[in-house]
Amino acid sequence: MSAHEEKYEAVIGLEVHAQLLTASKIFCGCSAQFGAPPNTHVCPVCSGMPGVLPVFNRKALELAIRLGLAAHCRIAPRSIFERKNYFYPDLPKGYQISQYQTPLCAGGYIELPGENGDAARVRLVRIHLEEDAGKNIHAPDCSLIDFNRSGVPLVEIVSEPDIRTPQQAGAYLRELRSMVRYLDVSDGNMEEGSFRCDANVSVRPRGAAALGVKTEVKNMNSFRHVEHAIAYEIERQIELLEAGERIMQETRLWDPDRGVTRSMRSKEYAHDYRYFPEPDLPPLIVTPDLVEQIRTEMPELPAARRARYTAELGLTPYEADVLTQERELSDYFEALLPGLDNRKTAANWVMTEVLRAVNESGRPLAEAVPAPAEVGALLKMVEDAAISLNAAKAAFAAMCKSGKGAQATVAELGLLQVSDEAAITAACEQVIAAEADKVAEYRAGRDKLFGFFVGQVMKAMGGKANPKIINEVLRRKLAAN
Amino acid sequence: MATDKRGNKINLEQVRHIALLARLELTAEEEQRMLGDLEEMLEYVDKLNQLDTGAVEPTAQVGEIGAAMREDTVTNREDPASILANAPAAREQMFKVPKIIE
Amino acid sequence: MTTDACKLTIAQAQHLLRSRELSATELTRACLDRISAVEPRLNAFITICHEQALAQARDAERRLAQGDAPALCGIPLAIKDIYATRGVRTTCASKILENFVPPYDATVIARLRAEGAVFLGKANLDEFAMGSSTENSAFGPTRNPCDLQRVAGGSSGGSAAAVAADECLGALGTDTGGSIREPAAFCGVVGIKPTYSRVSRFGIIAYASSLDQVGPFAKTVRDAAILLRSLAGADPADSTCSTRPVPDYERALNGEVKGLRIGVPKEYFVEGMQPEVEGAVRAALRHYESMGATTVEVSLPHTDYAIAAYYLIATAEASANLERYDGIRYGLRVEADNLTDLYRRSRGRGFGAEVKRRIMLGTFALSTGYYDAYYLKAQKVRTLIKRDFDQAFARCDLIVTPTAPTTAFRLGEKMSDPLQMYLSDIFTISVNLAGLPGMALPCGYDRQGMPIGLQLIGPAFGEETVLRAGDAYERSGAVTRRPTVV
Repeated sequence: MSAHEEKYEAVIGLEVHAQLLTASKIFCGCSAQFGAPPNTHVCPVCSGMPGVLPVFNRKALELAIRLGLAAHCRIAPRSIFERKNYFYPDLPKGYQISQYQTPLCAGGYIELPGENGDAARVRLVRIHLEEDAGKNIHAPDCSLIDFNRSGVPLVEIVSEPDIRTPQQAGAYLRELRSMVRYLDVSDGNMEEGSFRCDANVSVRPRGAAALGVKTEVKNMNSFRHVEHAIAYEIERQIELLEAGERIMQETRLWDPDRGVTRSMRSKEYAHDYRYFPEPDLPPLIVTPDLVEQIRTEMPELPAARRARYTAELGLTPYEADVLTQERELSDYFEALLPGLDNRKTAANWVMTEVLRAVNESGRPLAEAVPAPAEVGALLKMVEDAAISLNAAKAAFAAMCKSGKGAQATVAELGLLQVSDEAAITAACEQVIAAEADKVAEYRAGRDKLFGFFVGQVMKAMGGKANPKIINEVLRRKLAAN
Repeated sequence: MATDKRGNKINLEQVRHIALLARLELTAEEEQRMLGDLEEMLEYVDKLNQLDTGAVEPTAQVGEIGAAMREDTVTNREDPASILANAPAAREQMFKVPKIIE
Repeated sequence: MTTDACKLTIAQAQHLLRSRELSATELTRACLDRISAVEPRLNAFITICHEQALAQARDAERRLAQGDAPALCGIPLAIKDIYATRGVRTTCASKILENFVPPYDATVIARLRAEGAVFLGKANLDEFAMGSSTENSAFGPTRNPCDLQRVAGGSSGGSAAAVAADECLGALGTDTGGSIREPAAFCGVVGIKPTYSRVSRFGIIAYASSLDQVGPFAKTVRDAAILLRSLAGADPADSTCSTRPVPDYERALNGEVKGLRIGVPKEYFVEGMQPEVEGAVRAALRHYESMGATTVEVSLPHTDYAIAAYYLIATAEASANLERYDGIRYGLRVEADNLTDLYRRSRGRGFGAEVKRRIMLGTFALSTGYYDAYYLKAQKVRTLIKRDFDQAFARCDLIVTPTAPTTAFRLGEKMSDPLQMYLSDIFTISVNLAGLPGMALPCGYDRQGMPIGLQLIGPAFGEETVLRAGDAYERSGAVTRRPTVV
């Protein structure tokens, strides 16, 4: 691959379909919820019965505009729906209502987090609205069609071919998914099919301006699949070129079991989608007022949060990136901050303790860890030296299991530190009196013995004394002579 | 509008291609008749080329727009039986078709 | 009284039902009896709803007895078999929908049902409303009640014939290029195509969505006004349906045409027109003048291009609208071992010749390399045609023309030449392209006794002007309706 890498460059464009977070479908009042028994969320409209008409869901428009604004797109003041005609059993009307000549959003870009904080941009061609098709279930002797998904609202996000590596494709998808989740535009769930990606892949000799023949790779249902499939496809195309063969423009399916892409047999007929304006729907008029209203209601996006975390909270780009990938985690982190002076401690805590607890429990964040207020209280105790960091970790682990509050848990486990200077001074004096020989050695210059005295005092106080105060008192007492 | 060397606007091969796009099975006799009918129609509509429409915007819709959008609420009740009642073939509450090959 | 009750107008029946001189059941029975008597010769219906109609009539009777029944309560109507009717098979006169029973009502059907109207049955039409004679029906042609050897017109031929033959008091049709007005003219009844977007299209099986419009057939202009008022109005299920308030059309019928400026387009009096048609229309114009209207010559210069533009736009839309008939969720299915053959066979055998012809033309007009030359060009010409009307209506309030260049032709006369058939819509098609209201009403008879239809065209949402002028003409006694031969 490395020799190839020097010789060839891949050119990758991604088409992402994201299901919009609406309660109902895009053109009818059926539920858009995933997972219902077959053909229950279906009506005459979304099953394409004769004479029925679509009526557009206002929420779908607002969500698509929200995403368009977040991706720096131009929002078209007037766009239209068109019919894309083809026959397939999961497409009940024989056409998909989509947008073609005038998409709702055009241009724009997605900024990818760079490893050293230097961001890369992937430009977008467009974001448009369309309806989803139904689902084909393959039985041994036939196929069965469920129209629950038919008419679920989608946005299709089409990137320019600005991506060069499978890893970059993965980074783009992660950033886009993170964006749609921050924006509440989509739940971004790849397993349930609410976030799907097709890749257009071609290769060309490094330095060449012209694009190579591209293939369209489908059927990748995780980020890892996308990266693997693209890597495989790049390699396959390079090998063909190296062998002096030609690449066919075609659609290929990723086979995750075998780790290969294969040509689709069903597309043997030439397609001619015969797009034309949908006469059953009026043009989509977007007023400047609506755009402004949506703009003012926009939540902060991951890129903005990353910038704020590094500039205002003093986190490293890496920390900012980890904390902002999931909106839930980032929100959790921010909910810890009020009342705390040390943001860095909070960030480290979320990145280590919170993420570990989530991973170990295998449950969603909200269920896996205590409410942020309780964890904030715990960290505040550390800041106030009421408990040690280790004690806080023990308390956190207990709280994750018991669901009890910070105060109660710390008390229950007896983790409170003794910061009473008089008590500590008394303990120090006892140790100094008992260890006269060592004290003499220390005073003669064996500085290393200091740790020994601290340990003895801590031991005498049952491990709960504030180490900072022990240090101060010991230094004073040992120096005084 | 394009014509071939013999001045024809459409040939049998195109008729077959269009019939496949439209998923219409035509008998050999129907194909021939279709060729003649389409040729006649296409010749007739050629008169539109007498008009200069260079600066004219197309009209896709007329009339007034109604309540152009609906609110995002679930209003339909579940009734799979009525949706499947007219199905030529069904199994497990789904529409049955010959096996799809991908 | 009761045996002749089917001959009543809706206005008369409303009065008799409310004064309890006639019961809704008697009225419905009279229509059903008439249907039994004439259907073997006419074939105006595809499905007759005997039991349901009588049940609806009984319900209507109860409401009438309670004294607050809506306008159409107890009025027996024929419904073009292109309207989805819950629980009653809806075929669109196609083999492909021969056994389709919709689980929903078209919006206008639901509205009339709520008013207590009685649905006698589903009227015959050209398959998917594609035709001008009702000969393209998988259930056989409808014959003209004025001459059984002649066509009833189309595509709403069954509705027009049923009204003309007194099988019902009124009927519903649809008009995409003249499908209400031409059969109304051919059968000697009143038919109005409202402004595009005036009436909901939800549940009307689509032929060409940007042209299709719902409208009534009636024995009088007043009846048409009564029906239209119940049909028109906003529908949350149709976002191309206007939210403009619906006027009380019947109240607009004040008999007054004094000062009305009638535009007469010179392009509508052309060579090849049946002389008696021109004569009758000219006489009607003189009659209007005698009633105090003025006439002015106007020009609709792009009239000659309307049919070409129409057949590209309508067939393109139809080619997509008819893709849903694929043998998977409903309708005729011809089994095959692969999907493509299942589609091709089901559609190849389910659709008739004219439907296939239009699907082919529309598919071609939208296909790669031809879209701009055919479909887009036609849409631009549509703009020019619409502009013609805008300019004409700057000089007049109403445009009056013949409805069709000839009276009803003989069965089979134009079946072998599709283009000749299309040309019979030459005076009606522009109105659909421009989205305007148009009404056909009888203005005389030719030597064979076949009715001649006058067409009144109004500006957008000018239904009141159209109806007022039509009613004034009708009331002046210029034409006496002749009995049919059935």
